[in-house]
Amino acid sequence: MGLLSKKDIKLITDPLADNNPITIQVLGICSALAITAELKASIVMSIAVLFVMGLGNLTISLMRNIIPSKIRIIVQLIVVASLVIIVDLVLKAFAYELSKTLSVFVGLIITNCIIMGRFEAFALGNGPVRSFIDGVGNALGYALILIIVGFFRELLGSGTLLGYKVLGDPIEKTGVYAFGYENNGFMLLAPMALITVGIIIWVQRSRNEALIEDN
Amino acid sequence: MGLKEKLHNISEKVKGTKFQTMFGAIHTLFYTPKETTHSGGHLRGADDLKRTMMNVVLPLIPLLIFGMYNVGFQHNAAINGFPEGIGFFSSEFWNLDNFTFGALKLLPLVLVSYVVGLGIEILFATINNHEVEEGYFVTGMLVPLIIPIDTPLWMLTVAVIFGVVIGKEIFGGTGMNILNPALTIRAFLFFAYPTWMSGDKVWVAGAKERANEIMEGANLDAISGETILGSLAQGQELAYSVSDMFFGFVPGSVGETSTLLILLGGLYLLYTKVASWRIMLSSVIGALVMGLIFNGVVNAGWITESSKFYSLMNTEFWHHLLIGGLAFGIVFMATDPVTGSQTNKGKWIYGFFIGFISVMIRVFNPAYPEGVMLAILLMNVFAPTIDHYVVQANVKRRLKRLKAKTA
Repeated sequence: MGLLSKKDIKLITDPLADNNPITIQVLGICSALAITAELKASIVMSIAVLFVMGLGNLTISLMRNIIPSKIRIIVQLIVVASLVIIVDLVLKAFAYELSKTLSVFVGLIITNCIIMGRFEAFALGNGPVRSFIDGVGNALGYALILIIVGFFRELLGSGTLLGYKVLGDPIEKTGVYAFGYENNGFMLLAPMALITVGIIIWVQRSRNEALIEDN
Repeated sequence: MGLKEKLHNISEKVKGTKFQTMFGAIHTLFYTPKETTHSGGHLRGADDLKRTMMNVVLPLIPLLIFGMYNVGFQHNAAINGFPEGIGFFSSEFWNLDNFTFGALKLLPLVLVSYVVGLGIEILFATINNHEVEEGYFVTGMLVPLIIPIDTPLWMLTVAVIFGVVIGKEIFGGTGMNILNPALTIRAFLFFAYPTWMSGDKVWVAGAKERANEIMEGANLDAISGETILGSLAQGQELAYSVSDMFFGFVPGSVGETSTLLILLGGLYLLYTKVASWRIMLSSVIGALVMGLIFNGVVNAGWITESSKFYSLMNTEFWHHLLIGGLAFGIVFMATDPVTGSQTNKGKWIYGFFIGFISVMIRVFNPAYPEGVMLAILLMNVFAPTIDHYVVQANVKRRLKRLKAKTA
């Protein structure tokens, strides 16, 4: 037996594709819309959620037999809040500018539905190792969508990637700007993030028709 | 064998192949297809969707031609000075110079709008294997009439793709869309490329180009193409008389300037019963009421001349119908039967708020000097809700009547 069994691997790969927390379960949309105007912010947000979700799932799973079920939501909130505070302080200490860009959305990781959802649905009923893997898997699924959306929004909206001017300089008129190209300001506004997520959902479901819900 | 027969024969040949949808679209544009319903009793109207759509395109043609003259006229007037007190038939407006200049500017926009939009419609129809729907005939004509004349063609292409795919096709195509597709296209351009869609450099052909040349050091006079709403928002004196505004010798989007031709187009739409008179009338009432309220605020002295809203509030209430795109929006866009309210009472409410909100946005939001687009889109979103409550109220009233009778 290898390090991960087949079932464990499925815990990681499922959220990446056919059970993606954003595009299939439609959770965690708010932060996906709010902070994806830049690729860098998307990546940092993804790492933060990865950290909180992996450790959060692990912690809850370790405590699952001693948490009284009547107050379990409060316990979950305390766990996730402590982890988020750690992330927030680390960001403020080492990446102050970025933490200003992400502003309240780091704090709002607490209310991210994906995290509470995984605590409730998985960590409370499974062992610590599998819970940890599940947390990482779902965070990676979240990260994947965030990075795709961030990539397109930054590229089309500002003409840059991670701050590098990959399309040329819009003021000096170099690169594609020499041909009259202009940045699409709409991509930087939240509605376009929603539409981008919608297009990803569209593409994903038309490739795999089993995902289409009846209504 | 006539052309009609030939077309019918070809349509038999392509049946079942990938070209069926594309050919069928072209075919039924000219002739009614042979296929008819065989079973059951049916009343067959002479005007199908295509004919109805053409009834909307028809009154837009005079606006398009007037627009061509006006584009050239504004360009020349901005360089040589605006001729004093011109009448509707004055030769300073209706000359070949103006027309050729305007036509060369405008026709590419029309062409791109139709080719790209219809291309996407056909693509989707082929993939989904249904007939090409005719909704784009109107949209494709509306789009060049509501955007600035200098809009680059690639921007228009991007916007049309966005508007048709996101605004219409994903909801299920013609008849299923929530938002007016032409306004979706314009809204996309407006938010994506604001420097090309607002300000004083976009409404007269060549103004932006000229400004760039001057910046690079050319010895030229700048062309200013401030629209009436733009100058009012900045509290400047108006350069145009009321008759100029009514006839349409003013800068602006191509189709919106001539209130006279819009009025005639509106009468045609009412005569053919394509558009709803309730929506048109209530929109006009809404705009007048809001205008009167603002006039009242000024007259009561609640606002001083130093306020940045003063000059727009002080505009006489009925002038709002002459300036900007309000008249065009009310006649050709608010009355869209797909995106508007369906119930009669709903139409009154829907129309009233379009006029009301348009004038409100004009006055209170200098960043969006033209509120008609946003007002119509907003009310498009609310139209189903309005209808729902109108229907529910009706159900409730009838239930009450029933109870009173049976009790």
